[in-house]
Amino acid sequence: MPGTALEEAAPAQQHKTLVRVQGLKMAYGSHVVQRNLNFDILSSEVLAIIGASGCGKSTLLRHLIGLQAPTAGRICYGAEDLHAADEIALAQLRRRFGVSFQGGALWSSMSVGENVMLPLQMFTQLDAAAREQKAREKLALVGLADQFEAEPSSLSGGMKKRAAIARALALEPPLLYLDEPSAGLDPLTAAHLDELILQLREQGKTITLVTHELASIFAVADRVLFLDADAKTMTALDSPQALLDHGPEKVREFLRRGKPE
Amino acid sequence: MSLVLGASENSNNRKRPPSPWLNGIGTRLTAFWADSLITFKFIGEVLLSVSRLARGKTAMRGADLLWQLDQAGPRSVGIVCLVSGLVGVILAYMGAVQLQRFGAQSYIADLVTIGGVREVAALMTGVILSGRIGAAYAAQLGSMQANEEIDALRALGVDPIEHLVLPRVLAMLLVAPVLTAFAALVAMLCGWLVAVTIFGLAPLEYAWKSVHALTLPHVLIGLGKGTLYCLLVALAGCRQGLCSGRSAQAVGQAVTASVVQAMVWIVVAASITTVALQRLDW
Repeated sequence: MPGTALEEAAPAQQHKTLVRVQGLKMAYGSHVVQRNLNFDILSSEVLAIIGASGCGKSTLLRHLIGLQAPTAGRICYGAEDLHAADEIALAQLRRRFGVSFQGGALWSSMSVGENVMLPLQMFTQLDAAAREQKAREKLALVGLADQFEAEPSSLSGGMKKRAAIARALALEPPLLYLDEPSAGLDPLTAAHLDELILQLREQGKTITLVTHELASIFAVADRVLFLDADAKTMTALDSPQALLDHGPEKVREFLRRGKPE
Repeated sequence: MSLVLGASENSNNRKRPPSPWLNGIGTRLTAFWADSLITFKFIGEVLLSVSRLARGKTAMRGADLLWQLDQAGPRSVGIVCLVSGLVGVILAYMGAVQLQRFGAQSYIADLVTIGGVREVAALMTGVILSGRIGAAYAAQLGSMQANEEIDALRALGVDPIEHLVLPRVLAMLLVAPVLTAFAALVAMLCGWLVAVTIFGLAPLEYAWKSVHALTLPHVLIGLGKGTLYCLLVALAGCRQGLCSGRSAQAVGQAVTASVVQAMVWIVVAASITTVALQRLDW
């Protein structure tokens, strides 16, 4: 149900908290990117993280997936603090999410099929035939069934992003992080990606995406988290429509430019 | 009054910022130390991944190792042999000219054989591979860093050291003795050719002297040095690539840095091992 608040779409109690961010402060040395971030990622929702370029959207994503450690605060998956977990717990936490990076980040030395099969090879006991079957299923899901043998370099930007989503889905994680999934794509391809995101949400996946593509935000997001580059903190968290109607002025101005007529 | 003025001047001197050159030295030393710490940490991580490999708990794929072996080994034989052969020619020619002055040109076989097997083959193999393989490692890993491919591995929980660095380092370790042996053999053959065709030495006499000069310690030391230099090349290439920035310029800088670092490490290692082994009378 795009464009509506998650709370309106379904009773709040049906959505459990998958990730809890508490008092998160992100910094590079003495340069503070964002501070005092407090929000939850709820199951079966599409949460869009938005904000001006350089406000720290991708940095927040890198913190959420454990690539960067917070300067202060906690990121908890259930009861487990991601950045305080030991090696075994961390490995288990990582099975709970899949990530699609901005440019796809497909491993260039492998074919598309091998890219999707690598997580299965590393973290499951499936034999080669089962791995291939599963990888083909995931590629079919994102509309790339015929690209199993293709090299990543031969794919278009949109296909790379789809292949990256297929790879992120390989281990069946409940949560997907997508970094700028429709950035730099033509409107038609971007719309196809939006459809894919909605389709995945209907299958029960929780999706957190970093974007500044406003058309996509209104198409897919249940809630929007706005990071303010000047205030260096989050200034809004609500459905896109609610923020457009009565959000802070800065957020309304940001969203107004992308509101479809 | 002058005392007051003097005190004021002293106070001003104390407040004056350090001179630019002193500041520059300090900044460079700090940067060098930070860089060294990254290198030590990287080497430590490689050692840990080797220990995991020894315990059979590694994320390294056999297919990756085979691919790296193919890249570093068979595809490098031609260039290693060509350069080592030419260095053998230079060694024989220059050696013979000097030895001729003392009427001792028959010792050219000893010079070429011992020099080639013990020092030159290993050095040339290391130098060639630093340009051919070490630079490629830095470029590959640097590009992967720029394209977030390494982040994708980390996010998945796959250790890039085990998955990317270990196969490259192991491949170099495995091909290094073979390439060094090839290089030594070709250098000896080219030296023989020069001695026989230009300086008129008897072919069999030269061959007999060569075999006589060639002892097991010389062979083992040569192969050992070649392996050490290739290991340093692999470590420099992977370290620079993995720590590269995320732009095309940064990848280029990583490639340059990998070659420079490998060369410096090779020369330092060569100096230390040569002096140490001579002191030990090996």
